[in-house]
Amino acid sequence: MDSTALALNDKSASVEAIQFIVIDIGDEQYGIDIKYVDNIIRMTKIRRVPNVQHYFEGVINLRGEVVPVMSLRKKAGLPDVELTDESRIIIIKIENNAPVGVIVDSVKEVVTLPVDSLEPANKNSTKTQVTYISGIGKFENRLISLLDLSAVISDKETA
Amino acid sequence: MDVNQYLEIFLDETTEHLQNLSDQLMILENEPENEDTINEIFRAAHSLKGMAGTMGYKRMQNVTHDMENVFTEIRNGKMKVTSRLIDVLFQALDALEEYKDTIQATSDEGTNDNAAIIKELQTILDEGLGKAAPKEEAAGSEEAAPEAKAEEAGEAGGVPAAEKKWESIKLKDNEETELKNAVDKGLNIYGCTVYIQESCVLKAARAFLVFKAVEELGEIIAENPTSQDIEDEKFDFDFSIIIATEDGYDKVEAAIMSVSEIDHVVGEKMDGSAFLEKGNETEKEEAEAQEAADKEAAAKTAGAEEQKPAAKTEAAPATPAPAAGQQGAKKPAAAKPVVNRTVRVDIEKLDVLMNLVSELIIAKNSIVSVATGDGKNNSALNEQIGYLENVTTNLHESVMKVRMVPIETVVNRFPKMIRDLSKKLNKKMNLYMSGEDTELDRTVVDEIGDPLMHLLRNSADHGLESAEIRAQRGKPEAGSIFLDAYQEGNNVHIDVRDDGNGIDVEKVKAKAIERGQLTPEQTEVMSEKEIIDLLFQPSFSTAKVVTDVSGRGVGLDVVKSKIEALGGDVSVKTKLGEGSTFSVRLPLTLAIIQALMVVVGDEKYAIALGSIDTIESIARNDIKYVEAKEVITLRENVIPIVRLRPILDIEEEETEKSILTVVIVKKGDQLAGLVVDDLIGQQEVVIKSLGKYINCSSRIISGATILGDGEVALILDANVLI
Repeated sequence: MDSTALALNDKSASVEAIQFIVIDIGDEQYGIDIKYVDNIIRMTKIRRVPNVQHYFEGVINLRGEVVPVMSLRKKAGLPDVELTDESRIIIIKIENNAPVGVIVDSVKEVVTLPVDSLEPANKNSTKTQVTYISGIGKFENRLISLLDLSAVISDKETA
Repeated sequence: MDVNQYLEIFLDETTEHLQNLSDQLMILENEPENEDTINEIFRAAHSLKGMAGTMGYKRMQNVTHDMENVFTEIRNGKMKVTSRLIDVLFQALDALEEYKDTIQATSDEGTNDNAAIIKELQTILDEGLGKAAPKEEAAGSEEAAPEAKAEEAGEAGGVPAAEKKWESIKLKDNEETELKNAVDKGLNIYGCTVYIQESCVLKAARAFLVFKAVEELGEIIAENPTSQDIEDEKFDFDFSIIIATEDGYDKVEAAIMSVSEIDHVVGEKMDGSAFLEKGNETEKEEAEAQEAADKEAAAKTAGAEEQKPAAKTEAAPATPAPAAGQQGAKKPAAAKPVVNRTVRVDIEKLDVLMNLVSELIIAKNSIVSVATGDGKNNSALNEQIGYLENVTTNLHESVMKVRMVPIETVVNRFPKMIRDLSKKLNKKMNLYMSGEDTELDRTVVDEIGDPLMHLLRNSADHGLESAEIRAQRGKPEAGSIFLDAYQEGNNVHIDVRDDGNGIDVEKVKAKAIERGQLTPEQTEVMSEKEIIDLLFQPSFSTAKVVTDVSGRGVGLDVVKSKIEALGGDVSVKTKLGEGSTFSVRLPLTLAIIQALMVVVGDEKYAIALGSIDTIESIARNDIKYVEAKEVITLRENVIPIVRLRPILDIEEEETEKSILTVVIVKKGDQLAGLVVDDLIGQQEVVIKSLGKYINCSSRIISGATILGDGEVALILDANVLI
């Protein structure tokens, strides 16, 4: 399911603008559609789970629920960095699926982007990260890559 | 009438009736003369027909109608039960099951007419009766077809006066006025007495449906007993109404009969004015009152209302008795199971309750850890914690018990399945079941049906030999399959056993070699158990002929994975020529377990207490090597040692301790020793899933739990390590 892409194509619908949470990973800014964000929490103790996919850091206790947490950096094949005070876990919940936590370097702001200002990602691009990107948004001269969340949390990895 | 709100009731009742039919047919097959069984089948078919009719499922109604017809004749001794008939009836039963499933899925019955079954039933019926009487006529004349009788009764005057109870309705003032108005308007006035089937459980609901159906046609002027009493179920199996409508009586009757579980209706057009008059003649006896119908002229005497009769209520309460007696004689005591005092609860609500109990246990655990953590020893606090612990444990047990259902709901379809298999495979076999009342968590019960079915099919198809071979081996011609369920500690065991051929280890070996899975050299060193375990591997089937029963190699591996997904396991014992036993072990519940908390590295892990045999301290020097694997000898058992650190990706300690703490875990009669760093103690833990995204490749982590201090601990599945 390509949820953000769907939203992009859905211009005729009443959705004229989408709110995105802007996060930093390295020097790049990414946008996460706010409707899939259940919660944003500070770093908490992550319990390592042995023998799992390398990008899963482990599980956390989120108010009595056990939620798996993945590193966006590891998933995207980026170099690992030290966690800082800025690091956050974004709890993502797509429809009725179980929640997943995604570790990001920091959370910047919430921006509202009109749907017609969003450009779909170039699907023919050979760049590796492009598979997790569903589109590009422009905000005050900045470019924000819009994350395709279902691709991010799926088992597929960019090689 | 909007029937959707009754769909659930309909499905529940249909399931019950179908199960009953299936059970009774099994009995009938062995005792074709058993009258109770024949009556029971007739009643079940009749109820199903009525229910299907009400809900507008015409095809389902047609099939049951013909079943009912056949049994009408059998009841009357006009034809005999033959094995051919039984076969067709089982087919009909399958067809009905199919309708039910389709209805459940789509709320529509589908388009399968099952014409073949209906035709076959009619042929049997015709042949059975020697075509002497066209069946409609035969059925119509029988007492046993109540609605047919009712139709007749409605028109003819041949109904016993005692059944026309509406004649004794006493009108109240307002009702009299209403009746008068109706008469003045020239509406048709009908008196009806509705007889509900005595097997009906929700009388009031049926009565309500009758009222609703009738009100669509006209106005109900009076009823007896009062609507309040009917609502409170304070009536026997009949009630009477007087209605005013523009429509004819046949419409009224059809409307009433459209409600299911109505036995029959007695009624006729009445003279409203005469009835008014009759009501006023207080001193007259019941019998005389009937004659009042003749006195039409006198009926119009004025001042009727003034003479409010004092004895009005006198006769009314006594009326239900005779009819009930009469009905009782006609239908000999139905073997109706005692109704339990139960409430149907949505499983989701129970899940919520269970979750809350889980939270409570976590909260309790955290209080325990706070109280013991600060070093102070407050005995009053500890006492209260002990009390809280008691309450939460009891609460947990109670909620769990609510979720427990007997496996009966799953296994009671197996006798019929084995019967079908017996025909299909052309082998004689009997199924013997025990422990059907063994209870398991609802979620587990819902899932074990298919695996057990696979095992039974496997026994029937691969296990039992052909008749010739059985004769050669001196075994009885009919093979026996046993399904035994029993509880043992925190587990439920279900054994599927047969007295067939057993597993031929050599054949399995040959097959594995033929398929290139193993080399002959490899098979030489494998134990019998290891060879048998090959059967549980995907796409492995030893049957020489692939049948449509089993043998496509998609059996045992599915069974295994399903059972393991439920937290259980499967094992086999077999003896060539004598039979095999497949043992399924299942945990009683999935949500909360007693666990031993251990430390490996600096991480905490939980091991289910159910799989722990003992805990031992072993000297480093006592570890021996067998085939380069570490083992210990304990009470004359050689037990392999499993070091958890490497398995859990934890670095080895630099200097190994001289005394190791080993948790001995068991699976069936196999043991293994897990080396841990430290023990914390026993604790009740709430199992939480890791979710579908995270994928533990070795499957040793079966879940997680939250400890009292909020820390997450992982649950080790010891079964994987053995």
